[in-house]
Amino acid sequence: MIELIVNVIVLVLMPFLYVGIINRVKSFWAGRKGPSVLQPFYDFAKMMKKGEVISTTTSFIFRITPSLLLASTLSAALVTPIIRHKSILGFDGDFIFFIYMLGLGKFFSVLSAMDTGSSFEGMGATREVTFSSFIEPAFLIILSSLCLITGYTRFDDIFPQLTGNPDIVTLIAGLSVLVIFAMILVEGCRVPVDDPNTHLELTMIHEVMILDNSGPDLAFIQYASSAKMVILASLIPNLIIARGTSLLTWIILYLIIITVSAILIGLIESLMARLRLIHLPQFIFLLSSVSLVVLAAIIVYTYSFGGSL
Amino acid sequence: MSAIQTRNNRVVSREDIPLLPIDQFCAFLTDQSNHGKRPVMFFGLPFEDRTTDEVIVYSIMAHDESSSLSITSCLMKRGESYPSLTQQFPAFHIFERELFEQFGITPALHPWLKPVRFDYRRLDESSNIINYPFFHMEGEELHEVAVGPVHAGIIEPGHFRFMCHGERVHHLEIQLGYQHRGVESLFEFNGKKGRRQIPIQLAESIAGDSVIAHASACAQAIESLSHCDIPLRAAAIRGIALELERIGIHIGDLGAIANDIAYLTGNAVFGATRTLVINTSLAICGSRFGRGWIRFGGVPFDIDESLRSRIRATLEKVEHDVVLMGETMFSSPNVLTRLEKTGILEHQKAKDIGMVGMAARASGVQLDVRSDHSYGIYKNFPIYKITLESGDVFARAYIRYIEIRKSIAFIYELLDNLPQGNTMKPIEMSLAPNSMTISMVEGWRGETVHALITDKEGNIARYKIKDPSFHNWFGLALAVRENGVSDFPLVNKSFNLSYCGNDL
Repeated sequence: MIELIVNVIVLVLMPFLYVGIINRVKSFWAGRKGPSVLQPFYDFAKMMKKGEVISTTTSFIFRITPSLLLASTLSAALVTPIIRHKSILGFDGDFIFFIYMLGLGKFFSVLSAMDTGSSFEGMGATREVTFSSFIEPAFLIILSSLCLITGYTRFDDIFPQLTGNPDIVTLIAGLSVLVIFAMILVEGCRVPVDDPNTHLELTMIHEVMILDNSGPDLAFIQYASSAKMVILASLIPNLIIARGTSLLTWIILYLIIITVSAILIGLIESLMARLRLIHLPQFIFLLSSVSLVVLAAIIVYTYSFGGSL
Repeated sequence: MSAIQTRNNRVVSREDIPLLPIDQFCAFLTDQSNHGKRPVMFFGLPFEDRTTDEVIVYSIMAHDESSSLSITSCLMKRGESYPSLTQQFPAFHIFERELFEQFGITPALHPWLKPVRFDYRRLDESSNIINYPFFHMEGEELHEVAVGPVHAGIIEPGHFRFMCHGERVHHLEIQLGYQHRGVESLFEFNGKKGRRQIPIQLAESIAGDSVIAHASACAQAIESLSHCDIPLRAAAIRGIALELERIGIHIGDLGAIANDIAYLTGNAVFGATRTLVINTSLAICGSRFGRGWIRFGGVPFDIDESLRSRIRATLEKVEHDVVLMGETMFSSPNVLTRLEKTGILEHQKAKDIGMVGMAARASGVQLDVRSDHSYGIYKNFPIYKITLESGDVFARAYIRYIEIRKSIAFIYELLDNLPQGNTMKPIEMSLAPNSMTISMVEGWRGETVHALITDKEGNIARYKIKDPSFHNWFGLALAVRENGVSDFPLVNKSFNLSYCGNDL
């Protein structure tokens, strides 16, 4: 029970802090004093109080998308294991639910961008769909591989099996951490994939799709995309921390790992230039290749050496 | 004689400028262009009183190797047509468009006869910013992306229209004119009694990032028409002003280029360093962008001993930071993949369309007014041209890096050898009547030209301004062809052209 309460608290607060930490690292690196770590929360509160402007050319899709995006992201969050490998609503096969909930949100944000009729947003939507279609196989392969080796289809059951096991499993968990971290960069629209701070419409991917959103709608969208980063990042501690760790240690380790991942993203944003758009597929295919390596390793391990957990 | 030979900042009498018939005029310009000369100015002046529809078209061709300018003119009528020179020499294209817009003189068979800036004195009032004739491509897979005139960042208004095939740009059309203020006519004598003061502040506000360049060009032109030689010390300080402007803007641009590729470190370091440079201008003349620094007859702000050591100390810090950051940035692979082979403007194209300045030098075109048509302090302290060959974003960024270092070294040299004497010479504002002068300055962006024509009473009859952007906008349009549309902002930033400099 206490895990569930902690989960809810983490899910509600962490999205604000996560972006706050990234921005703080960036400003520290640029030699600026930087905004408070809680700035994303203040922005959220400010936008919730505002009215919104809705273009007359849009249909109902544009209006329902922000809420739908937030709802679908939070639904995915419900099955994400956070503290002690426990999720709030885990069920068998929930990893499929997880992927498709994220996919549903993305589908509607693409539709909503096209709904505005703006050529920028259409361009952003095309890019989003193109790169998503590259990244989804990578994620699906890696999660299915983990299911294959553990024999479970539920997040709550998969992750505990992966810690404190033979070397090969550690290796697989290590590679999975790599893929999931890169997933955060892609899905969270961070450098080197996208530049969340740019004002240049022509280079944007995600930001350009929400140009027409304002007020609470924009707050929902921004909260949803930070939440998406947090739920993906939450998979990392679950791959690393061993089962049987006490609750308090878990919470501390979880917070440390999440913070470290945010700091890493901040460092990457400070020190790297963004990739050229035509080189992005190469970056994403790299992730698919790593996922395929994981899958191959698991197949060889399970079937040729008869290994199992 | 088909033309009169002159040099930068010399005064010629208008009676000495040959007035050719149209066919000889065109034949002469063709011949000159074939012999390696390039058009610096090509503009019309309404004949005597503005009631007749006769226009004198002046052409100034530069021969850069011999530092000579040849002026010739031709009498044309509004609504008349002549065989376009652009067909053979694309460098004339923007001048002929301007002439067509202002006076309705049609260059026959001009391939791209479109409005330039919707001049408020244009002949065809029905041509306005709303009905600009855009180039149009059709096809199932083609789409158009329109950007501006209102942009997301704090930049000037201008409309860009991309014809794209997926992410690839086939053609970019740039429509300007939103910043047209009629600067030229504000300089010109409006017929009212009493000689008007010539406001140098007006020259300072032609383009806010080239304050020194335009103010110097204006001051030089007025000084040569009033036969005033400014003291050497003033010329040296003007040199420092111009190079400080170059350093400041170049550093800012490097930061902006880093920002466009999301390279945060570069943006932060260059941004902070730029402040040091423009604050040096602030310390000298009270304005970070050099307003008030250049005045007719010299400079009102001297550089004394304490200021000199302060400038030196600041520049040493700037140089240290710029080298440190520049070396890091230009050896970082993920920065180089963004800059190299992006937005290439080939040497031949750059030469053909008459590119000038830093962007032209990045494409290997050997042009630098400071050494080609040397003026002021550059006669005593020569500058050597720097060119790069690749013509891509990298070349345009790297040439800035080299120029920053060269300009810092140049300022050191001037500070060590600052001539003694006054910085201001009293100037009597009586301009030589019935004369013409051409004043060229190499601003940070390139060749900044002011051409002045006075009437019989010594009033300004025509004040023609050419900002380097006037030539270079077309270069930008060519450079983005066949590039990804997402690279456009980066290519655009690497040129960093002026909207108001074009619109005037």
